[in-house]
Amino acid sequence: MMFAPGDLLVILPELLVITAACLVLGLDPVTPPSRKDGLAWLSLGTLAICMGLTASQMSTPASAFGGIVIVDAYACFWKLLLYFVTGLTVLLSCSYLKEERLYFGEYYGFVLLALSGMMVMVSAADLLTIYLGTELMSLSLYVMAGLKRAEPRSLEASAKYFVLGAFSSGILLYGISLLYGATGSTRLPAIAAAIGGRGLDDPLLLFATILLAVGFGFKLAVVPFHMWTPDVYQGAPTSVTAFMAVASKAASFGAFLRVFVEGLGGLKANWTEIFLVLCVVTLILGNIVALVQTNIKRMLAYSSIAHAGYALIGVVAAGVAGGSTGARNGIAGVMLYLALYAFMTFGAFSIVAMLRKGGLEGEEIEDFTGLATRHPLAALLMLVFMVSLAGIPPTAGFIGKFYVFMAAVEAGLTWLAVLALVFAAISAYYYLRIVMVMYMREPGELTATSPRLVPSPALSIVLACAVAGVVLFGIYPNPIVNLATHAVLTLK
Amino acid sequence: MTHALPWLTLLIVIPLAGTLAVFLAKETQARLIALAATIVNLLVSLPLWWLFDASSTGMQFVEQAVWVSAPPIRYHLGLDGISLPLVLMTTALLPLCVLISWKAITTRVRSFMAMLLIMESAMIGVFAALDFVLFYVFWEAMLIPMYLLIGVWGGPNRLYAAIKFFLYTLAGSVLLLVAIIVLYFQGGHTFDILELSRGTYSHSLQMWLFLAFFAAFAVKVPMFPFHTWLPDAHVEAPTAGSVILASVLLKMGGYGFVRLSLPMLPDASKTFTPLMVALSIVAIIYGAYMALAQADLKKLIAYSSVSHMGFVTLGLFMFNQQGIEGAVMQMVNHGITTGALFLCVGAIYERTHSRMIADNVGLTKPMPRYATLLVIFALSSLGLPGTNSFVGEFLVLAGTFLWSKLATAAASLGVILAAAYILWMVQRVAFGVPSPQHLPKLKDLDQREMATLVPLVVLIFWIGLFPNPLLSRMHASVTTVIARVTPASTTVSATMSAQPHPVPASADPASLAPAGEPSQP
Repeated sequence: MMFAPGDLLVILPELLVITAACLVLGLDPVTPPSRKDGLAWLSLGTLAICMGLTASQMSTPASAFGGIVIVDAYACFWKLLLYFVTGLTVLLSCSYLKEERLYFGEYYGFVLLALSGMMVMVSAADLLTIYLGTELMSLSLYVMAGLKRAEPRSLEASAKYFVLGAFSSGILLYGISLLYGATGSTRLPAIAAAIGGRGLDDPLLLFATILLAVGFGFKLAVVPFHMWTPDVYQGAPTSVTAFMAVASKAASFGAFLRVFVEGLGGLKANWTEIFLVLCVVTLILGNIVALVQTNIKRMLAYSSIAHAGYALIGVVAAGVAGGSTGARNGIAGVMLYLALYAFMTFGAFSIVAMLRKGGLEGEEIEDFTGLATRHPLAALLMLVFMVSLAGIPPTAGFIGKFYVFMAAVEAGLTWLAVLALVFAAISAYYYLRIVMVMYMREPGELTATSPRLVPSPALSIVLACAVAGVVLFGIYPNPIVNLATHAVLTLK
Repeated sequence: MTHALPWLTLLIVIPLAGTLAVFLAKETQARLIALAATIVNLLVSLPLWWLFDASSTGMQFVEQAVWVSAPPIRYHLGLDGISLPLVLMTTALLPLCVLISWKAITTRVRSFMAMLLIMESAMIGVFAALDFVLFYVFWEAMLIPMYLLIGVWGGPNRLYAAIKFFLYTLAGSVLLLVAIIVLYFQGGHTFDILELSRGTYSHSLQMWLFLAFFAAFAVKVPMFPFHTWLPDAHVEAPTAGSVILASVLLKMGGYGFVRLSLPMLPDASKTFTPLMVALSIVAIIYGAYMALAQADLKKLIAYSSVSHMGFVTLGLFMFNQQGIEGAVMQMVNHGITTGALFLCVGAIYERTHSRMIADNVGLTKPMPRYATLLVIFALSSLGLPGTNSFVGEFLVLAGTFLWSKLATAAASLGVILAAAYILWMVQRVAFGVPSPQHLPKLKDLDQREMATLVPLVVLIFWIGLFPNPLLSRMHASVTTVIARVTPASTTVSATMSAQPHPVPASADPASLAPAGEPSQP
């Protein structure tokens, strides 16, 4: 492989993020505790620069290292989303870590390392590179999940996440190796070409496809590969949970779509059936189990499982659709869904993090009792996020659902849209339960005596961004819709 | 016809601006700001009545702008003779809702007023929207404020009532969303309600879509057997919430049928007519019987709503001028009369803290003004000639007569039963023998409450005695709907003009049977 210096320019954002990560890790021991916030600012600065770079790369597709890395509009879309979410995570962590008394400068280093892994995932066009990105992301997340070292639950989350994550990575790798055996390459275009030449009923190919689906299924947390999600989401520090629920899911979807559409597009008929089944069981189980949760982080975990199910509708629609526009609409629907989901889920977790104050854990749904009297603004924001998660207009959640349902009906999957909407109505019940607890119950003894909630400036910025995204894109979705429909064009 | 002023946008934006002002202002000023916003909105909406061109069949005050480019969703608003009265009714009722809540709401006044104002925006949006997605957005946007109105400021069993209301209506409307998307792909890739109303769809598709529309609208109306959320929601909601629910929200179901189901799905509408008629008549009689048995005033009115709304759906599915005009009339009338009755119950509840008939007996002595108004509203509710409800119910029955004499006879039972439950209620509440301990303490209506109720008395007699200004504004639009459902409507018109004149109290009888005139489109 020829190495061209220009290639480095293409992956400049990745290099910057990794450099910043190393810088944070290196500077941490020499930074006095009072100035640890500086590391957060360093991270934010890096993200801002990367955002500018990636935005400029959006219109000029480029590839590097002989096609291993592709920086096209599709990759840039995901990267912009990831920067945004990472930035919010850093801001959220500023105040949350202090509240939890976790003073680790490494934290920001790991956030950036995970981000660099995600960036590699979404712009790689080679299965092994994607695998490397996945591992970089996952390993950082394993550490972050266990940051509350004194708390058994956090350690359990970390260990569970690690074991199941390693297991799923193994399956993914096995799938990659089988695919290599069957097609002679790990490059997505080469795989696509090889599949085009072989019959569709090749058992080796099918087996490899199934293994890849399972491997990605773990990362996307779709049923039945979701088992780790509730425990990990509950045990991990809330800021990390928010990061995992949004960024890692988005990155996994980014890589997953590229692999299955670009690489395995020839096996569409086969994988569509798999994902159709996964989608239906995910919708059913995610929504039903969320109904009975008493811990809000577990509830949001099941809700995020259910939302992966809604996003999968777009994938299935893309697989079933006859024409290329139909397929594109499905994929664009998924991208849009994940982008809008980011705002509302991150916002909801931020409110959970905000409630963590003094002795109050803020993680049980009961802890939200009477929030409307204790802190009306926080309650109002949570109301907006819950309504959006339930998919009720005029919020972003409705727009996301609307587009995947459009794609489903266009592909002739009207029954799937009906099923998903029925479960959306069911999901309204558990989201509204939070609203009910906040607005319709008076504060109890424990919550009434809890300290006053005053969001820090950083947290205020996070909440403002999240609610602005939910409301503005709910009322005027045009910009983000256009971005997604434009970005999907570069996906072959 | 376009006007220089974006009237409808103003009507939607003013309450929202009021919401913002309410949140920014002090708790004590919230009531005044809300009242100001609703009154300004009423004043802005009034000119529409005169600017409206009754001879035009198209939409008026139209506003269009691109909202989402792909798929093409537009911000498209407009009014015709069917939606105009409903919009005016909404803007007229909202100041009254604010007034009646003046003292009744003591906690979180700002949020309460904000919810009322958001509701007003969304309700006007539903009636004015001409893009199907826009319609759906407004339709759903009402759910959360209404949920909070019931759940936060409601009665003892409010949590149950609120979630029941929410889930029923949400479950109904999710199917509507699928139907909208299916129509988009079948109807030439557009969400425009007017364009979709011109398309032709296969009969089997129409059947499915009709059922999906039905799920959304029948729950809202509510038609039997989807009405069970209504008594709970009405009883638990605060007075203003009950008024909004009964007067405006229920109309959205009927409005949905006449604006969307009938013109878009004419064949399916005809196929389902027997079912719709049967459900309507069951609702009329069952609602009335249930009302007879109620000891709680709010429940009584809630069940009478089920009965009265049965006339609306009955009239709509007659596909003739009298039937549909009567149904739209009935929607407006029910909004006024039932709203007024709920306001009355709210006023007495503030005094006796009970909605039970048994606790509010013999109010004529201590509260003569109250009793007078109550009797007027009650007589309007049972459809006494000279009051508004008579016009609507009579037209619906006249329209039904053309379709089936048996159905007319069955529906008329509802009118008789209405007289029974209403008069029985009046007999006890107004003229019963009072229980001595609490009645002397009762104060009669004060000026604020009189200001709330008297405008409705005026409306009741105005529509009852001079329905023609209202009817004449509907003619052209209703004719358009009928022409869509029954393309060869000439035979129907001929029979209609042969009928004896439907409204004896009308000031200008000639315009009441326009379908018979050949000049009508």
